Amino acid sequence: MAEAAPNPAGDLDAFRAETREWLDANCPPEMRLPVQDEDDVCWGGRDWSFKSPAQKSWFDACVAKGYTVPDWPKAYGGAGLDAARTKILKQEMARIHARPPLSSFGIWMLGPALLHFGTEEQKVHYLGEIARGEIRWCQGYSEPGAGSDLVSLQTFGRDEGDHWVVNGQKVWTSYADKADWIFCLVRTDKDDKYRGISFLLFDMASEGVSTKPIKLISGNSPFCETFFDDVKVPKDQIVGELNRGWDVAKYLLGHEREMISGGGLGGAMVSIGAAFKAEAKADPILRTDFARFDVDTLAFRAMAERFVDQMKSGQGHPAQPNMMKYAGTELNKRRHELVMTAGGSDALEWDSAASDEGKRPRGWLRTKANSIEGGTSEVMLNVIAKRILELPDA
Amino acid sequence: MPLILDDDQTMLRDTAHEFMMGEGSIAKQLRHWRDMQCKDGFGHDLWRQFGEMGFAGMLASEADGGLGMGAVEAGVVMEEIGRNLTPSPFLSTAIVGVTALAAADDDARARWLPGIVEGRTILGIAIDEGARHDPSNIAMTATKSGNGFKLDGRKRAVLQGASADALIVVARTSGAAGDTQGLTVFAVPTDAAGLSRDAVRLVDSSMAAHCDFDGVEVDGGSVIGDVDNGWAVVSKMLAAGRAGAASEAVGVGGGAMDITFEYLKGRKQFGRHIGSFQALQHRAAHLYSEIEIARAAVLKACQLIDENADNAELMVSVAKAKAGDAANLAVREGVQMHGGVGMTDEYDIGLYMKRDRALAEYFGDGRYHANRVAELLGY
Ligand SMILES: Cc1cc2nc3c(=O)[nH]c(=O)nc-3n(C[C@H](O)[C@H](O)[C@H](O)COP(=O)(O)OP(=O)(O)OC[C@H]3O[C@@H](n4cnc5c(N)ncnc54)[C@H](O)[C@@H]3O)c2cc1C
Repeated sequence: MAEAAPNPAGDLDAFRAETREWLDANCPPEMRLPVQDEDDVCWGGRDWSFKSPAQKSWFDACVAKGYTVPDWPKAYGGAGLDAARTKILKQEMARIHARPPLSSFGIWMLGPALLHFGTEEQKVHYLGEIARGEIRWCQGYSEPGAGSDLVSLQTFGRDEGDHWVVNGQKVWTSYADKADWIFCLVRTDKDDKYRGISFLLFDMASEGVSTKPIKLISGNSPFCETFFDDVKVPKDQIVGELNRGWDVAKYLLGHEREMISGGGLGGAMVSIGAAFKAEAKADPILRTDFARFDVDTLAFRAMAERFVDQMKSGQGHPAQPNMMKYAGTELNKRRHELVMTAGGSDALEWDSAASDEGKRPRGWLRTKANSIEGGTSEVMLNVIAKRILELPDA
Repeated sequence: MPLILDDDQTMLRDTAHEFMMGEGSIAKQLRHWRDMQCKDGFGHDLWRQFGEMGFAGMLASEADGGLGMGAVEAGVVMEEIGRNLTPSPFLSTAIVGVTALAAADDDARARWLPGIVEGRTILGIAIDEGARHDPSNIAMTATKSGNGFKLDGRKRAVLQGASADALIVVARTSGAAGDTQGLTVFAVPTDAAGLSRDAVRLVDSSMAAHCDFDGVEVDGGSVIGDVDNGWAVVSKMLAAGRAGAASEAVGVGGGAMDITFEYLKGRKQFGRHIGSFQALQHRAAHLYSEIEIARAAVLKACQLIDENADNAELMVSVAKAKAGDAANLAVREGVQMHGGVGMTDEYDIGLYMKRDRALAEYFGDGRYHANRVAELLGY
């Protein structure tokens, strides 16, 4: 992905200085505050409306500079930064607590898959839209009968010459009701389980697509059942070869798992003990729990840094994202258990103004999905055992 | 700096790996010396080979005849030592001792370093006085006497204390036990009058010594660093020792993990490989991820030491705690997954369990360091 060749340390120092200056000039103070609400996160898309002028100006500045996707090539809307510069940019953004200018499934999941499997036209077209935040994507993998056993999926694409006609149902489709397009796993050959799936892209506004939100234990409805009723998908909207969508799907899952593992880092909460000093002081056993947890968090942060460096240098095991996802999500669930404990009865309030409409308990409940979405912890452990440890099959 | 080994460090790892697997193997070293009840717990020939390979002097500056390497390189060697349970005075001498001597004057360096670099001289580290690590809780006194000092007190379980030519001793020149101020570091030859050593064999067959100082006279030249401000030196010794022990723990844990996974692939019950049972696969996969995370934390800590970074101390404590947890998990799971043979002396897995136990105590266990992490993070 890198366009610039590795450079001597002096050039990197210069890049760091430039980056600081640029961030100083372009990242508004409001965009350096912790994310409070869902709409503090900029998702982009056709229907997006910016929450504040600061959110818009930060977004615009980053799009212009290619910094929504800094390591993508310039031709596809990125900044073409190499691994060392990407790391510096991330460090400098973290230093001032800059929010991500744009968050999306396009950046985290579809983009990497397109970079790997897409045609040149697809890259220019779809990656550019993603980088500029024009199209918001959702992921159509899971079905009622195909969860962990994803390859059993039944949604079928009938060949009609220059297009497919897709029928079936997806479930747990995050943000399906807000998304513009879907990347979707569709069976195109009923006789071959693995080599009978194709990776299709289509517009959620197409005739025959409908969604129905599902209410979660957190009370929110971020995901949907998604129905396809004779949806027409033109033949050029396939990624990779016909019936070889499973390869694309798995590659994308690696990136999804890496992204989800990021929750383990704790965002702005580098240390849980530092965030709850009074509680730690009042309760020595809780302080011990915090301290043990902080050890694990800081160690996992080092792992996350190492993981990126290993992958970029080609040293990482290709199945390592599964380990990251397992460790990161289990850590994040533990964090939120501790956050609830630290809050005592305050943390139980569900809809009072003081509790910010129950932000803490809702957030805690949300984290329980971390070890389910994108592949469960048990499935991660299966994959690690088989692919990394090469333990025998039954 | 990327959090991976660079080309030179990778080469060093390969060299150390091959050497420890060969010359440093469990059969050739640990079992050999243990079975003959060796009074030192390691082989002096191997230590001389450490000298020839450049390991013994790797942290000494080039001016002192060493290689001028850093904590990352020392950690690379320690991990391979841990993997093969190779008994040697590398941690006490080449890491902690040499780190202390870096602060010593020319005469003291000239006296001790050439022998260390060649793999002849051995240093013992005499900090703790109680059975649990508490490095500022030092009661041993060093009182002015002529142009030198007179040392009185007792040090417990001194690492390599039995075989050492000299001890790096932390004593109190002022203040009270618990103060970090008022400490002074000395290099004390073990043949000094008034020093008696009581050698003890530990669970992992390594040898330590309880050391009694009864009016031990040392000259002014044996002071390392500044009188009363020894904590600056002690801090560096502790950081180096903790990072080294944490690296060794990753090796011990990684080694225990590897032989256990081999066992899972070989042993059959119920007509199938036990490694095909999901109950074991999941625990194996969890163990793998813990060891990976520990290795990342340790490498990060070593890099921060070498960069002289402000947060090095924090990350060193994270590394020692995390590596201890991961290695402990590895040896416990290792013995359990071996079944009955895991309890036999014939199989190596039990040796890993014993080494892990000893290593956990060196320079503070997981609880000690979790507490340090909390203090350093301000709670
Ligand atoms: C918040 C959230 C968002 C999501 N977003 C999306 C999305 O946008 N798009 C999408 O396509 N999907 C999405 N998903 C779906 C998610 O990928 C699936 O829920 C997940 O793959 C698990 O499938 P399942 O729910 O059918 O559970 P099941 O597969 O039925 O699993 C039930 C339990 O059985 C265990 N289990 C299953 N198989 C094995 C095995 N072989 N060994 C051991 N244990 C096993 C599982 O670990 C789990 O504990 C989302 C899920 C959540 C919770």
